[in-house]
Amino acid sequence: MRITYFTKFLFGVLLFLGGTVFSQEVGHNSKKAEAHEPIGVQEKIDGDIQHHIQDSHSFTFFSDSEKGIHYGFSLPVILWDNGLKVFSSSKFHHGETLAEVDGSYYKLYHSKIYKTNAEGIINYDESHHATNVKPIDFSITKNVVMMFVTGLLMFLLFSGLAKSFGKGPIATGAGRFFEPIVLYIRDDIAKPNIGEKKYKRFMPYLLTVFFFIWFLNIFGLTPLGVNVTGNIAVTFALAIITFIITQFSGNRNYWKHIFWMPGVPVPMKFILAPIELLGVFIKPFALMIRLYANIMAGHVVLMSIIALVFTVQNWLGGGLSMVLAFFLSLIELLVAALQAYIFTLLSALYFGFAVEEHEHDEAH
Amino acid sequence: MDKLINDFSFGLFFWQITLFILLLLLLRKYAWKPILNAVNDREEGIKNALAAAENAKKEMQNVTADSEKLLKEARTEREAMLKEAREIKDKWIADSKEQAKVEGDKMIKQAQATIESEKKAAVADIKNQVAELSIEIAEKVIKEQLSNKDRQLKLVDDMLGDIKLN
Repeated sequence: MRITYFTKFLFGVLLFLGGTVFSQEVGHNSKKAEAHEPIGVQEKIDGDIQHHIQDSHSFTFFSDSEKGIHYGFSLPVILWDNGLKVFSSSKFHHGETLAEVDGSYYKLYHSKIYKTNAEGIINYDESHHATNVKPIDFSITKNVVMMFVTGLLMFLLFSGLAKSFGKGPIATGAGRFFEPIVLYIRDDIAKPNIGEKKYKRFMPYLLTVFFFIWFLNIFGLTPLGVNVTGNIAVTFALAIITFIITQFSGNRNYWKHIFWMPGVPVPMKFILAPIELLGVFIKPFALMIRLYANIMAGHVVLMSIIALVFTVQNWLGGGLSMVLAFFLSLIELLVAALQAYIFTLLSALYFGFAVEEHEHDEAH
Repeated sequence: MDKLINDFSFGLFFWQITLFILLLLLLRKYAWKPILNAVNDREEGIKNALAAAENAKKEMQNVTADSEKLLKEARTEREAMLKEAREIKDKWIADSKEQAKVEGDKMIKQAQATIESEKKAAVADIKNQVAELSIEIAEKVIKEQLSNKDRQLKLVDDMLGDIKLN
């Protein structure tokens, strides 16, 4: 874990280790190297952290910024810009060159693809935002790859567990380590929050979302350096699925509690309805932000503490930062599981609200 | 917030939704349902096994109680049988004694009867012999007495005298 970030910065050492990894050399690196020379340590650290927490169009394990070499592999770029355009991200040379596809020019700028003219000019508005056209980007990015890997891993693990149950009542194989967690989600998350009668319907989603988030959080802590669950698009997608499931499983009671709160005077009903309605949207929004912010913050703080080595540049500070980073990594390991748990728990809670039955009209 | 919206990647969102739903459907079919069913079955199995064990324990207790009862019954029966046997024995002994006594008495009586008859026969025999002897003696006496006339007469006289007396 510590080695991960360490390697990200100790480029010289990693040159020797890079032999096994396919490397891409940027064409005109001499010019670029000169251009990058004056960048200070602080800017470099900021840039690296920014780069780390963002999605990427290529899978880079580490890079040598002095020589302009990146170690990793390219991923396919899929754009929708007056037709489907598929090409390898190696064309961008990590944002250093324009990609020319069927007469259109694309530039990678801050991990986003912009359509440019042949010179690759990016126009900015007053707040330094690029105003170029952004084609819809369906690229298989680093995060998509990690989601795919996680999905595959989950499928193998849990179908294996299911298969081992086919042979007898005691699970065997790697999947059995997750059996207690499956039971925990059923007995301590689904059953108490949704209810004994209706929990079964939501179990597949709760289990999938828990393991998906947990595994991706853990992957975020590995040397792969991916930040999937700390990406707003991912948490948004997860939250919206919870939102849709909640609304579609909402029974009469649920809607009645939103629009016509029972047990309160009529004027209050009119006041409560918009608040309740707002709550319907705030709940998944909070889910989205909570997961995103926790994971993102974890990554940023951890990377910043590791970066202290380069800022202070002495043995004491460096050692201290490593010790801190180690303990922070342990905390992040806890956070990885905790955030997955919270997301699952809250989803279960919302499903519970949606399917709750009131035999009697109690006052609220 | 501005940065968040700027960072939002529709492509990633699209892939996330697609992959996640695909994963959800696949896992539901090939993993969660079999796993949850298996776990449920196992729990049912354990519950049933526990209930069965409890039943078996109760049954065991019943059986123990039954066997104790049986044992008790058997013991009483044995005692009853022993008592009966003793009674039978006593009775039998008494009966035997009685019978033996009766038999003995009978035998004694028979013996006595036999002895009596033997005695009678013997007495009769003796009587006969005595009679014969007496006749012989009488014959001899008479013969002797009748050998001389006087004596014959005298005898006749005596006899006659006796008859008269009778």
